[in-house]
Amino acid sequence: MALAPDAIARLARLARIDIDRDEARDVKKKLDAILRLIDDLQAIDTTDIVPMSHAQDVMLALRDDVVTETDQHERFQQEAPAVSGGLYLVPKVIE
Amino acid sequence: MMQTVAELSDALRARAISSVELAQQSLARVAAAQATLNAFITVDETGALASAREADAALASGDDAKLTGIPIAHKDVLMTNGLRTTCGSRMLEHFVAPYDAHVVARLRDAGTVLIGKTNMDEFAMGSSNENSFFGPVRNPWNAAYVPGGSSGGSAAAVAAGLVPAATGTDTGGSIRQPAALTGICGLKPTYGICSRYGLVAFASSLDTPGPLARDALDCALMLNAMAGHDARDATSLDRPVEDYTRELRASTSAKPLAGLRIGLPAEYFGDGIEASVSSSIAAALDGLRALGATTVDVQLPGVAHSVPVYYVIAPAEASSNLSRFDGVRYGHRAAHYDDIGEMYSRTRAEGFGAEVKRRILVGTYVLSHGYYDAYYLKAQKVRRLIAQEFVDAYTQCDVIAGPTAPTAAFAIGAKTNDPVEMYLNDIFTVAANLTGMPALSIPCGFTSNGLPIGLQLQASYFGEARLLNVAHRFQQVTDWHRRTPPATTTRPIAAEPAR
Repeated sequence: MALAPDAIARLARLARIDIDRDEARDVKKKLDAILRLIDDLQAIDTTDIVPMSHAQDVMLALRDDVVTETDQHERFQQEAPAVSGGLYLVPKVIE
Repeated sequence: MMQTVAELSDALRARAISSVELAQQSLARVAAAQATLNAFITVDETGALASAREADAALASGDDAKLTGIPIAHKDVLMTNGLRTTCGSRMLEHFVAPYDAHVVARLRDAGTVLIGKTNMDEFAMGSSNENSFFGPVRNPWNAAYVPGGSSGGSAAAVAAGLVPAATGTDTGGSIRQPAALTGICGLKPTYGICSRYGLVAFASSLDTPGPLARDALDCALMLNAMAGHDARDATSLDRPVEDYTRELRASTSAKPLAGLRIGLPAEYFGDGIEASVSSSIAAALDGLRALGATTVDVQLPGVAHSVPVYYVIAPAEASSNLSRFDGVRYGHRAAHYDDIGEMYSRTRAEGFGAEVKRRILVGTYVLSHGYYDAYYLKAQKVRRLIAQEFVDAYTQCDVIAGPTAPTAAFAIGAKTNDPVEMYLNDIFTVAANLTGMPALSIPCGFTSNGLPIGLQLQASYFGEARLLNVAHRFQQVTDWHRRTPPATTTRPIAAEPAR
């Protein structure tokens, strides 16, 4: 199945990745080829098959409800593009 | 440095060489090879020499383990505390990891000396190592060819003798395929054996850390250090500790593989396989039969669908995992934007390369409203069909053999404009990631123009020791793993500092 002409703009918006008009043509061509590859799956009969979301059907492990992490926010925030007073800075979200 | 880990370990104990001398040799070879191979992104000379001095002290005091003093390298997708960890991406070009991955800590505790971080396809997405922000890695056997990917830097570093062993990660073949294309051994363990803590996530249900080394014994020694339960990874398995070298003892039998049943799926021997690959695999199977193994035909028709299943599930998980790169908490942030939406979308447009963007977009598509059932859920159902076929096949055989990749290494640039053709390199490797079962690649021959060929051996869950034993027996009577590439690294090259 080929993507609709405006599909790249929609996916780019959902994925929060800027894609300009020139780039979009090449991206669409390659995505169309990938979708043709994965469309192969539609022909397979999967009636009554339980989806496999994980390599092993094990229960997620539970642990004791105790604090195991230490406060390292200063170390971690050294990696942030912009911080102030222990807070991450982003453009204004609420007017 | 073409000796194995086991040989270097003996030499260290015999005082034939010190760990500092080994580290210096490794660092010199890395520097000399960098301009040709581009195998490393970051070299940690100061840290390596400090660790080597500690290792020498441990060796002198008798407080040493098997891997004490052995120089290694980590794929740059594994977090290394205080050392840059880029994932081959502009997004993390300047990111210094604030903690160690579990396997990194385990290998450090085992006494290894970390030389540096190896180049890779960006966020482990690729089969040729051409998708790195830091430039492609080149194959030590012929620098015009790719080393495979995504652990291409680790594979090239071991093949060229820059380090005797390295870590990799395997999401769809990213340890085994580069091992095959560079003539070394690479093991993808059972999912859950090695913790994913500190492995920057690509596809969480498939990502598996594992070793790359010259031979099966070295892979076993590395896995002994890497494996183990870790409560910080919810999918890490809590099971008894295994010694993966336990079956690798000297055998006096002429038929050490007597009783071993090797399954041969028709799906691994069909069209599209390079003639020299087919003939090398056939010769390797003859070699295994000569050691006492028998072969049996098995059916795995679902393997034909494994690439489409993989290229739904892996991008779906990637689109979710990589949403964390938003320019807020770490990594690249765009310089110019008007509002937070633009900040996100420009940051991600600038920070990610073309293949990573494609996979995020494909993942976004297959998870989006109206397509989730048709693609993502469908792929998960076919994933179970494939896993069940393997479970059934292992009632008739102990291991499954075939080529690791349909061809030997291809020329740099040959497939960069056709993602689907690139994806089909993974046709024989992705099934083991979908099932979670172990698989390894060992060298078994060369093409007429001197490029290595890999034999893939697969087993059912927790079959690592058996796989390593089969590989070890094969390596006792063959010397493919002893072949070394032309001396790309002995030529003095003006060392270009790794970025």
